[in-house]
Amino acid sequence: MIGLNHYLALSALLFCIGIFGVLTRRNAIGILMSIELLFNAVNINFVAFARFINPQEITGQIFTIFVITVAAAEAAVGLAIIILIYRQHKGVEVDRVNIMKW
Amino acid sequence: MENGILALVFYIFSGIIVGSGIMVVTLKNIFHSALFLVLCLFSVAGIYILLSAEFVAAVQVLIYVGAITVLMIFAIMLTAQLYSTSVRQSNEQVIPGIIIVVTLLVVTLVALSRTSWRVVSQGIEGQTTISIGKALLTTYVLPFEVVSLVLIAALIGAIIIARKE
Repeated sequence: MIGLNHYLALSALLFCIGIFGVLTRRNAIGILMSIELLFNAVNINFVAFARFINPQEITGQIFTIFVITVAAAEAAVGLAIIILIYRQHKGVEVDRVNIMKW
Repeated sequence: MENGILALVFYIFSGIIVGSGIMVVTLKNIFHSALFLVLCLFSVAGIYILLSAEFVAAVQVLIYVGAITVLMIFAIMLTAQLYSTSVRQSNEQVIPGIIIVVTLLVVTLVALSRTSWRVVSQGIEGQTTISIGKALLTTYVLPFEVVSLVLIAALIGAIIIARKE
Protein backbone atom coordinates (compact mmCIF):
# COMPACT_ATOMS: atom_id res chain seq x y z
CA MET A 1 0.00 0.00 0.00
CA ILE A 2 1.47 3.32 -1.11
CA GLY A 3 0.94 5.92 1.59
CA LEU A 4 1.78 9.52 2.24
CA ASN A 5 5.34 8.75 3.33
CA HIS A 6 6.17 7.17 -0.04
CA TYR A 7 5.23 10.34 -1.88
CA LEU A 8 7.08 12.52 0.62
CA ALA A 9 10.21 10.37 0.27
CA LEU A 10 10.01 10.64 -3.53
CA SER A 11 9.65 14.39 -3.20
CA ALA A 12 12.66 14.59 -0.84
CA LEU A 13 14.76 12.59 -3.33
CA LEU A 14 13.78 14.85 -6.23
CA PHE A 15 14.46 17.95 -4.10
CA CYS A 16 17.95 16.71 -3.22
CA ILE A 17 18.73 15.98 -6.87
CA GLY A 18 17.64 19.53 -7.74
CA ILE A 19 19.78 21.02 -4.95
CA PHE A 20 22.77 19.07 -6.28
CA GLY A 21 22.16 20.52 -9.75
CA VAL A 22 21.92 24.07 -8.40
CA LEU A 23 25.17 23.61 -6.47
CA THR A 24 27.24 22.03 -9.23
CA ARG A 25 26.02 23.29 -12.62
CA ARG A 26 28.12 25.92 -14.39
CA ASN A 27 25.63 26.59 -17.16
CA ALA A 28 22.94 29.07 -16.07
CA ILE A 29 20.26 27.20 -18.05
CA GLY A 30 21.26 24.02 -16.20
CA ILE A 31 20.68 25.86 -12.92
CA LEU A 32 17.24 26.96 -14.12
CA MET A 33 16.38 23.36 -15.04
CA SER A 34 17.45 22.20 -11.57
CA ILE A 35 15.18 24.86 -10.07
CA GLU A 36 12.31 23.39 -12.09
CA LEU A 37 13.09 20.03 -10.42
CA LEU A 38 12.83 21.77 -7.03
CA PHE A 39 9.44 23.23 -7.97
CA ASN A 40 8.22 19.79 -8.99
CA ALA A 41 9.34 18.25 -5.70
CA VAL A 42 7.37 20.90 -3.80
CA ASN A 43 4.34 20.35 -6.03
CA ILE A 44 4.37 16.60 -5.37
CA ASN A 45 4.31 17.43 -1.66
CA PHE A 46 1.36 19.79 -2.06
CA VAL A 47 -0.71 17.34 -4.09
CA ALA A 48 0.12 14.43 -1.77
CA PHE A 49 -0.96 16.42 1.31
CA ALA A 50 -4.14 17.49 -0.49
CA ARG A 51 -4.92 13.83 -1.22
CA PHE A 52 -4.06 12.33 2.17
CA ILE A 53 -4.65 15.00 4.83
CA ASN A 54 -7.53 17.11 3.55
CA PRO A 55 -9.40 15.44 0.66
CA GLN A 56 -12.56 17.55 1.01
CA GLU A 57 -10.96 20.91 0.29
CA ILE A 58 -8.28 20.56 -2.35
CA THR A 59 -6.25 23.56 -1.26
CA GLY A 60 -2.99 21.80 -2.11
CA GLN A 61 -3.95 21.34 -5.74
CA ILE A 62 -4.91 25.02 -6.05
CA PHE A 63 -1.57 26.00 -4.54
CA THR A 64 0.14 23.75 -7.06
CA ILE A 65 -1.51 25.65 -9.90
CA PHE A 66 -0.25 28.93 -8.42
CA VAL A 67 3.26 27.49 -8.07
CA ILE A 68 3.23 26.35 -11.72
CA THR A 69 2.15 29.84 -12.81
CA VAL A 70 4.91 31.52 -10.84
CA ALA A 71 7.39 28.96 -12.21
CA ALA A 72 6.39 29.96 -15.75
CA ALA A 73 6.97 33.63 -14.91
CA GLU A 74 10.31 32.77 -13.32
CA ALA A 75 11.43 30.79 -16.37
CA ALA A 76 10.52 33.66 -18.70
CA VAL A 77 12.40 36.31 -16.70
CA GLY A 78 15.35 33.98 -16.01
CA LEU A 79 15.81 33.06 -19.65
CA ALA A 80 15.60 36.73 -20.66
CA ILE A 81 18.38 37.53 -18.18
CA ILE A 82 20.42 34.58 -19.49
CA ILE A 83 20.12 35.82 -23.07
CA LEU A 84 21.28 39.26 -21.91
CA ILE A 85 24.28 37.67 -20.11
CA TYR A 86 25.10 35.76 -23.30
CA ARG A 87 25.19 39.02 -25.27
CA GLN A 88 27.51 40.63 -22.74
CA HIS A 89 29.88 37.73 -22.01
CA LYS A 90 29.53 35.40 -25.05
CA GLY A 91 28.78 32.54 -22.67
CA VAL A 92 26.37 31.52 -19.92
CA GLU A 93 28.79 30.02 -17.39
CA VAL A 94 27.85 31.58 -14.08
CA ASP A 95 31.38 31.52 -12.63
CA ARG A 96 32.47 33.90 -15.37
CA VAL A 97 29.76 36.39 -14.43
CA ASN A 98 31.43 37.89 -11.37
CA ILE A 99 31.39 41.65 -11.95
CA MET A 100 29.52 42.22 -8.68
CA LYS A 101 32.20 40.33 -6.73
CA TRP A 102 35.35 42.04 -5.49
CA MET B 1 -4.76 -6.76 -6.27
CA GLU B 2 -5.55 -3.15 -7.19
CA ASN B 3 -3.19 -1.95 -4.47
CA GLY B 4 -0.42 -4.05 -5.97
CA ILE B 5 -0.93 -2.52 -9.42
CA LEU B 6 -0.97 1.00 -7.91
CA ALA B 7 2.25 0.28 -6.03
CA LEU B 8 3.88 -1.05 -9.22
CA VAL B 9 2.85 2.07 -11.18
CA PHE B 10 4.11 4.29 -8.36
CA TYR B 11 7.51 2.58 -8.30
CA ILE B 12 7.84 2.72 -12.10
CA PHE B 13 7.06 6.44 -12.17
CA SER B 14 9.36 7.10 -9.19
CA GLY B 15 12.19 5.25 -10.88
CA ILE B 16 11.75 7.26 -14.07
CA ILE B 17 11.58 10.53 -12.08
CA VAL B 18 14.69 9.85 -10.01
CA GLY B 19 16.70 8.43 -12.93
CA SER B 20 15.88 11.21 -15.35
CA GLY B 21 16.37 13.80 -12.58
CA ILE B 22 19.90 12.52 -12.01
CA MET B 23 20.46 12.67 -15.78
CA VAL B 24 19.23 16.29 -15.81
CA VAL B 25 21.80 17.41 -13.25
CA THR B 26 24.77 15.31 -14.41
CA LEU B 27 24.79 15.06 -18.22
CA LYS B 28 27.49 16.96 -20.07
CA ASN B 29 25.32 17.93 -23.01
CA ILE B 30 22.82 20.53 -21.78
CA PHE B 31 20.43 19.76 -24.65
CA HIS B 32 20.18 16.11 -23.60
CA SER B 33 19.46 17.17 -20.02
CA ALA B 34 16.59 19.33 -21.30
CA LEU B 35 15.13 16.25 -23.02
CA PHE B 36 15.47 14.24 -19.79
CA LEU B 37 13.75 17.12 -17.99
CA VAL B 38 10.76 16.58 -20.32
CA LEU B 39 10.69 12.88 -19.37
CA CYS B 40 10.92 13.74 -15.66
CA LEU B 41 8.06 16.27 -15.84
CA PHE B 42 5.87 13.78 -17.73
CA SER B 43 6.39 11.19 -14.98
CA VAL B 44 5.52 13.79 -12.33
CA ALA B 45 2.22 14.26 -14.22
CA GLY B 46 1.73 10.49 -13.88
CA ILE B 47 2.27 10.79 -10.12
CA TYR B 48 -0.43 13.50 -10.04
CA ILE B 49 -2.84 11.12 -11.79
CA LEU B 50 -2.07 8.50 -9.11
CA LEU B 51 -2.94 11.12 -6.48
CA SER B 52 -6.30 11.72 -8.29
CA ALA B 53 -5.36 15.25 -9.37
CA GLU B 54 -6.28 15.08 -13.06
CA PHE B 55 -6.51 18.82 -13.60
CA VAL B 56 -3.08 19.46 -12.09
CA ALA B 57 -1.65 16.69 -14.29
CA ALA B 58 -3.13 18.31 -17.39
CA VAL B 59 -1.77 21.71 -16.35
CA GLN B 60 1.62 20.09 -15.72
CA VAL B 61 1.74 18.60 -19.22
CA LEU B 62 0.49 21.76 -20.92
CA ILE B 63 2.58 24.36 -19.09
CA TYR B 64 5.71 22.52 -17.99
CA VAL B 65 6.18 20.08 -20.86
CA GLY B 66 4.55 22.25 -23.49
CA ALA B 67 5.75 25.72 -22.59
CA ILE B 68 8.60 25.89 -20.08
CA THR B 69 10.82 23.17 -21.53
CA VAL B 70 10.27 24.50 -25.05
CA LEU B 71 11.38 27.91 -23.73
CA MET B 72 14.45 26.23 -22.17
CA ILE B 73 15.37 24.42 -25.40
CA PHE B 74 14.89 27.69 -27.29
CA ALA B 75 17.32 29.45 -24.92
CA ILE B 76 19.80 26.56 -25.18
CA MET B 77 19.73 26.84 -28.97
CA LEU B 78 20.33 30.60 -28.69
CA THR B 79 23.19 30.47 -26.22
CA ALA B 80 25.06 27.18 -25.88
CA GLN B 81 27.82 25.90 -28.09
CA LEU B 82 26.19 22.52 -28.61
CA TYR B 83 28.23 19.34 -28.98
CA SER B 84 31.35 21.10 -27.78
CA THR B 85 32.37 18.76 -24.97
CA SER B 86 35.37 20.94 -24.17
CA VAL B 87 33.22 23.27 -22.03
CA ARG B 88 33.09 21.94 -18.49
CA GLN B 89 29.49 21.69 -17.29
CA SER B 90 30.06 21.23 -13.56
CA ASN B 91 32.14 23.34 -11.22
CA GLU B 92 34.60 22.20 -8.56
CA GLN B 93 31.90 21.83 -5.89
CA VAL B 94 30.84 18.28 -6.86
CA ILE B 95 32.25 16.53 -3.76
CA PRO B 96 30.92 19.11 -1.23
CA GLY B 97 27.64 19.10 -3.15
CA ILE B 98 27.28 15.33 -2.79
CA ILE B 99 28.04 15.57 0.95
CA ILE B 100 25.50 18.39 1.49
CA VAL B 101 22.81 16.64 -0.55
CA VAL B 102 23.22 13.25 1.14
CA THR B 103 23.12 14.93 4.57
CA LEU B 104 19.97 16.83 3.61
CA LEU B 105 18.35 13.65 2.30
CA VAL B 106 19.16 11.65 5.43
CA VAL B 107 17.89 14.40 7.73
CA THR B 108 14.67 14.75 5.71
CA LEU B 109 14.00 11.01 5.62
CA VAL B 110 14.64 10.61 9.36
CA ALA B 111 12.31 13.53 10.09
CA LEU B 112 9.70 11.96 7.79
CA SER B 113 9.85 8.58 9.45
CA ARG B 114 9.48 10.10 12.91
CA THR B 115 6.47 12.26 12.09
CA SER B 116 2.97 10.79 12.37
CA TRP B 117 0.60 12.54 9.99
CA ARG B 118 -3.14 12.60 10.62
CA VAL B 119 -3.93 10.74 7.42
CA VAL B 120 -7.59 10.60 6.38
CA SER B 121 -8.55 7.19 5.08
CA GLN B 122 -11.09 8.27 2.48
CA GLY B 123 -9.93 9.43 -0.93
CA ILE B 124 -11.00 12.26 -3.17
CA GLU B 125 -14.42 11.53 -4.66
CA GLY B 126 -15.45 12.47 -8.16
CA GLN B 127 -13.85 15.04 -10.40
CA THR B 128 -11.46 17.53 -8.86
CA THR B 129 -11.65 19.82 -11.90
CA ILE B 130 -15.11 21.08 -10.93
CA SER B 131 -14.14 21.91 -7.36
CA ILE B 132 -10.87 23.55 -8.49
CA GLY B 133 -12.79 25.78 -10.89
CA LYS B 134 -15.32 26.74 -8.22
CA ALA B 135 -12.63 27.42 -5.62
CA LEU B 136 -10.54 29.52 -8.02
CA LEU B 137 -13.48 31.79 -8.79
CA THR B 138 -14.92 32.07 -5.27
CA THR B 139 -12.57 31.53 -2.32
CA TYR B 140 -9.31 32.11 -4.16
CA VAL B 141 -10.41 34.78 -6.63
CA LEU B 142 -8.05 37.42 -5.22
CA PRO B 143 -4.86 35.25 -5.41
CA PHE B 144 -6.02 34.14 -8.86
CA GLU B 145 -6.16 37.74 -10.11
CA VAL B 146 -2.90 38.65 -8.38
CA VAL B 147 -1.05 35.72 -9.93
CA SER B 148 -2.34 36.68 -13.38
CA LEU B 149 -0.98 40.19 -12.82
CA VAL B 150 2.36 38.72 -11.72
CA LEU B 151 2.47 36.64 -14.89
CA ILE B 152 1.72 39.54 -17.24
CA ALA B 153 4.24 41.79 -15.45
CA ALA B 154 6.92 39.09 -15.65
CA LEU B 155 6.31 38.50 -19.35
CA ILE B 156 6.44 42.23 -20.19
CA GLY B 157 9.59 42.50 -18.08
CA ALA B 158 11.15 39.55 -19.92
CA ILE B 159 10.48 41.21 -23.29
CA ILE B 160 11.97 44.50 -22.11
CA ILE B 161 15.04 42.82 -20.61
CA ALA B 162 15.80 40.69 -23.65
CA ARG B 163 15.21 43.20 -26.47
CA LYS B 164 18.10 44.93 -28.18
CA GLU B 165 18.85 48.54 -27.26
